[in-house]
Amino acid sequence: MALLEVSNLGIAFGGLQAVSQLDLKIEKGQLYGLIGPNGAGKTTVFNMLTGVYKPTEGDIILDGKNITGLPPATINQAGIARTFQNIRLFNDLTVLDNVKVGLHNQVRYPMWTGVLRLPSFYTKEREMNKQAMKLLKIFDLDKEAKLKASSLPYGKQRKLEIARALATNPKLLLLDEPAAGMNPNETAELMNTIKFVRDTFGIAVLLIEHDMNFVMGICEYITVLNYGRELAQGTGDAVRNNPKVIAAYLGGD
Amino acid sequence: MRSLRTNKTLRTNVITYAVVVAAFVLFQCLGSAGVLSSTMKGQLVPICAYVLMALSLNLTVGILGELSLGHAGFMSVGAFAGAVTASAMQDSVPSSALRLTVAVLVGAVLAAIVGVLIGIPVLRLNGDYLAIVTLAFGEIIKSIVNNLYIGMDANGLHASFLNNTIVLGEGGRMILSGPMGVPGIKKTATFAAGFILILIALFVIFNLVNSRAGRAIMALRDNRIAAESVGINVTKYKLMAFVISAAIAGAGGALYGQAQNAIIATKFDFNTSILILVFVVLGGMGNMLGSILAAALLTVLPELLRSLNDYRMLIYAIVLILMMLFNSAPAMIQWREQMTEKLRKTFGEERKEG
Repeated sequence: MALLEVSNLGIAFGGLQAVSQLDLKIEKGQLYGLIGPNGAGKTTVFNMLTGVYKPTEGDIILDGKNITGLPPATINQAGIARTFQNIRLFNDLTVLDNVKVGLHNQVRYPMWTGVLRLPSFYTKEREMNKQAMKLLKIFDLDKEAKLKASSLPYGKQRKLEIARALATNPKLLLLDEPAAGMNPNETAELMNTIKFVRDTFGIAVLLIEHDMNFVMGICEYITVLNYGRELAQGTGDAVRNNPKVIAAYLGGD
Repeated sequence: MRSLRTNKTLRTNVITYAVVVAAFVLFQCLGSAGVLSSTMKGQLVPICAYVLMALSLNLTVGILGELSLGHAGFMSVGAFAGAVTASAMQDSVPSSALRLTVAVLVGAVLAAIVGVLIGIPVLRLNGDYLAIVTLAFGEIIKSIVNNLYIGMDANGLHASFLNNTIVLGEGGRMILSGPMGVPGIKKTATFAAGFILILIALFVIFNLVNSRAGRAIMALRDNRIAAESVGINVTKYKLMAFVISAAIAGAGGALYGQAQNAIIATKFDFNTSILILVFVVLGGMGNMLGSILAAALLTVLPELLRSLNDYRMLIYAIVLILMMLFNSAPAMIQWREQMTEKLRKTFGEERKEG
């Protein structure tokens, strides 16, 4: 059975049907691309998958569990983590603390243990620091661990968002335009990092991206959205040569 | 691996503790040396109470990031709960320190319970809406206490919203009589008790902020949507911060009440809430030492200016504006940064030479 099965997913904002009849099937460890022209509804799909929006129709099944319409925090605990198109970091916290917030449900201790500084506070915090630093190292952010998140340059902020999402130990990682604002070198590096993350953690990745080199270079399977509906589905080559996709992107009859 | 930031936070925390201890020792010495005027001496415990209130509100405003305009409500709950408790124990418990301890505990617990009751509906709102609802809550508490009658006789405590429904047995007496408040309080609060409470509040706040729960609370402040996306339970952590804040405010209120001859409900009104907010904003949101200094200074200032009579409140207002400008005006911040840079350079060069 697939890791994520989305069937007949749709949402209407008042009279506007933003997404309708969408089907997705993502396997364990798959790199999956969601592309489409601006306003096609890609981010709306992400928001439905992560519980920010409640779908008005359809089902989302993660690992055999129906998570449709659950609140975001519950969905994250069920195994979906995400990044945002407009970066959302905890700006006044340090880089390290951003990742430690991501570890919130992985290394747990009650509030009183922290307030009273019981011995287990120190062991758990050490454990958290170790895990967080390991993640930061993957994204080459370990040297910036003590800086405020807001002081990082744009590209590194994007990476930190991914590290924070990974800290929640997801089965499926959603990346909303991870390469936006990155130069070709950074993009190439990011591609390698994402592949590395998939191989090391064995998680599936669903990503939205406009950089076609990036999408074609990394995604094993692609769904194309247009006007909230599925336009095409298939491997990179199949999608690239699909006349409907070309028409949607370049215009045409 | 020791982090720079941990060291920096640690240093800020140590400095804050040190300032509090130093201030306590200084005023204790001044007091025993007989240098302090009697009005100043009388101000010491209220200052501690207001410092507690400022710390408490700073937890809500600076750490949780929600604006509360009804914090005097929690102070009121603590003050009256504490006063009634202490008064009820007056005959049976001779130790005033024990009476104060129990009064503070009861005040804190009751304020925390009220915090839960208020927090559950109120914390669903954000920003301005939350501010307005907390304002309303402060007024509601004021009205309730203003109409509450509590008396005590051999059978225990009796409470009612109607004065004449309380029938007390022989030897019974009224403790809280509606708009008259609690008259004839036997003061139990001491400066040392206030000092200890401030240390406890600092301990709780600093350790909370620097732990898993505190990070979750600050993550909610910085970006609620992102915090939810990493699996943080919004209601739980908002409520946690709010209730701890309410408990500290309740303790502060109980301490305040135990330093007065009498307390009435209208003392804890909107103006008091705003005054506490001024402490927090002036001291810097999230800056505990700033809150302590601002609360202490602004509580003492009107007393210090008493000799200036008519101009007292005018000067108070001007000082407030100037301090706010010094703290928060962009040009001022830039100037301060330049000065620190200059100082650092001078010191750095000296060090090189040496």
